[in-house]
Amino acid sequence: MGWGDPDRIFYRLCWGLSLGMVFLVIGIGITLFWGSLPSLKAFGWHFLVGRIWDPVNEKFGALPFLVGTLITSFGALILTLPFALSSGIFLAEYAPPRVADGLSTVIDLLAGIPSVIYGLWALFYLVPLVRWVEMKLGVIPFGLGLPTASLVLAVMILPYAASIIREVLRMVPHELKEAAYGLGATRWEVIRGVSIPYGLSGIVAGLLLSLGRALGETMAVTMVIGNRSEMPRSPWDLANTMASVIANEFTEASKDIHLSALIEIGLLLFLITLGVNILARIIILRLQVR
Amino acid sequence: MGNRETIVDPRGPIIFDIRNLWAYYGEKPAVKGVTCKIPEKRVTAVMGPSGCGKTTFIRCLNRLHELSPGARVEGEIFLRGKNILEIDPVVVRRRVGMVFQKPNPFPTMTIYDNVLAGYKLLGIKLRREEADRLVEEALRKAALWDEVKDSLHKRGTYLSGGQQQRLCIARALAVKPEVLLMDEPTSALDPKSTAKIEELVVELKKSVTIVIVTHNIAQAGRVSDYAAFFYLGELVEFGPTSQLFTVPRDKRTEEFLKGKFG
Ligand SMILES: Nc1ncnc2c1ncn2[C@@H]1O[C@H](COP(=O)(O)OP(=O)(O)OP(=O)(O)O)[C@@H](O)[C@H]1O
Ligand SMILES: [Mg+2]
Repeated sequence: MGWGDPDRIFYRLCWGLSLGMVFLVIGIGITLFWGSLPSLKAFGWHFLVGRIWDPVNEKFGALPFLVGTLITSFGALILTLPFALSSGIFLAEYAPPRVADGLSTVIDLLAGIPSVIYGLWALFYLVPLVRWVEMKLGVIPFGLGLPTASLVLAVMILPYAASIIREVLRMVPHELKEAAYGLGATRWEVIRGVSIPYGLSGIVAGLLLSLGRALGETMAVTMVIGNRSEMPRSPWDLANTMASVIANEFTEASKDIHLSALIEIGLLLFLITLGVNILARIIILRLQVR
Repeated sequence: MGNRETIVDPRGPIIFDIRNLWAYYGEKPAVKGVTCKIPEKRVTAVMGPSGCGKTTFIRCLNRLHELSPGARVEGEIFLRGKNILEIDPVVVRRRVGMVFQKPNPFPTMTIYDNVLAGYKLLGIKLRREEADRLVEEALRKAALWDEVKDSLHKRGTYLSGGQQQRLCIARALAVKPEVLLMDEPTSALDPKSTAKIEELVVELKKSVTIVIVTHNIAQAGRVSDYAAFFYLGELVEFGPTSQLFTVPRDKRTEEFLKGKFG
């Protein structure tokens, strides 16, 4: 035995690759931190609360992007929630198994569509729709902006959230549901009183994972958010997200401090998505322990 | 089909009158033309080798069978004169409760809420005193009150297997059913818990009709007044337990009681 054994070589290779992946993540974190240092030194905590983003006068506050990202992501989550819940419940509990499998395949395909396609679709269909609504409401009819970005994000994370909810509900033990039916509960009462409470932490974790996706989504959002680097004044306003300001300005940033500020936004986004994902994984782990 | 003389009608009031009952999984029948009467406020044991359709049979009696994919039922099951196959299954299941083979308290609920699950799930509001009274009454009936009265607001899943099963019995009793179906309720339990449940079954028949599936011939002898013997989906013999055990009329019953098959 020893190094010559193919089994051992494979074992070590796998270990090596897994460790490599961990180092890659840490490495990305360090690189971002390194690149952010000038901006960190120059602005400190003011970077997080500063409302002005003015590359010409070298004033860099990231609050508008933080706000833009949070509003669009949480907005998307809230918009998608009723649809994700109802389609997850439908697929797990109501649809005949064959229909459910077919629909789930379609949903998985939706999740695989490149984000630029969603962006194009949003430009052609969502923008006019939002503009029409805005005219009815009497606000400035940009068509672009926070509502459009939230909507396209909601559509993009829906398949993801729905299939996680379906999987979680399918894990609910059959004996528990039968116990409830045996007490005279209807199908809806079983879902409401047994399946959802049992799967609640899994559902929350799934929604967090979907939120993680929305937070970092770049292309589709950049196409419809309006790319205005100011604090949004209303939910209908044009805005910018952390991901889209990086995508928009990185290639044009000529000053070192501008670049460094953009990298710091990247670092923030990295930490936020990492945090959300870790939280979701912890919830899922605790679920499996039970 | 079992022939006439091996199916003896019980004396006294009848609660279930079952006529030519067939139950299928897809095209495959699991219960084949069962005809018998179940006596009220008695314990009826359902016996037979593994796979002979005992579970399927009792699941027909509260219409749980039809929840299995592809399941179908034919025939008539009269509950106090009304065919349950023609009433809303939700109503049937409240009149005919079920205790399962594996204890299955709801893990997301406390002991207290588990007992009241038949109300909470259906969104039936109870006044506080009424709820407390129902919980105590059901837990006392299930001989569990003394063991859990100080931990009513802990999760039901903290209890031992035997206690969990009695909690499930309390949960079924709390909605005041007329019949309690029990599918091998002691097969997952140790001898001590088993003895406790058997005692309980005998006690409960004062107020509720019990149909209990059991693999254990001795158990059927200890707890039941009437016994049914199933073989390959057919009801081979039905009659007073003492008679069926001492002078079985069908050869297959006799062989089963001698332990010839499973
Ligand atoms: N969900 C199902 N789908 C298809 N066939 C089933 C299903 N459940 C049971 N069966 C079949 O129906 C027949 C009767 O099963 P049933 O569970 O009623 O037997 P049982 O007497 O309760 O057996 P056991 O003593 O092992 O619990 C068996 O042949 C079984 O394979
Ligand atoms: Mg069985």
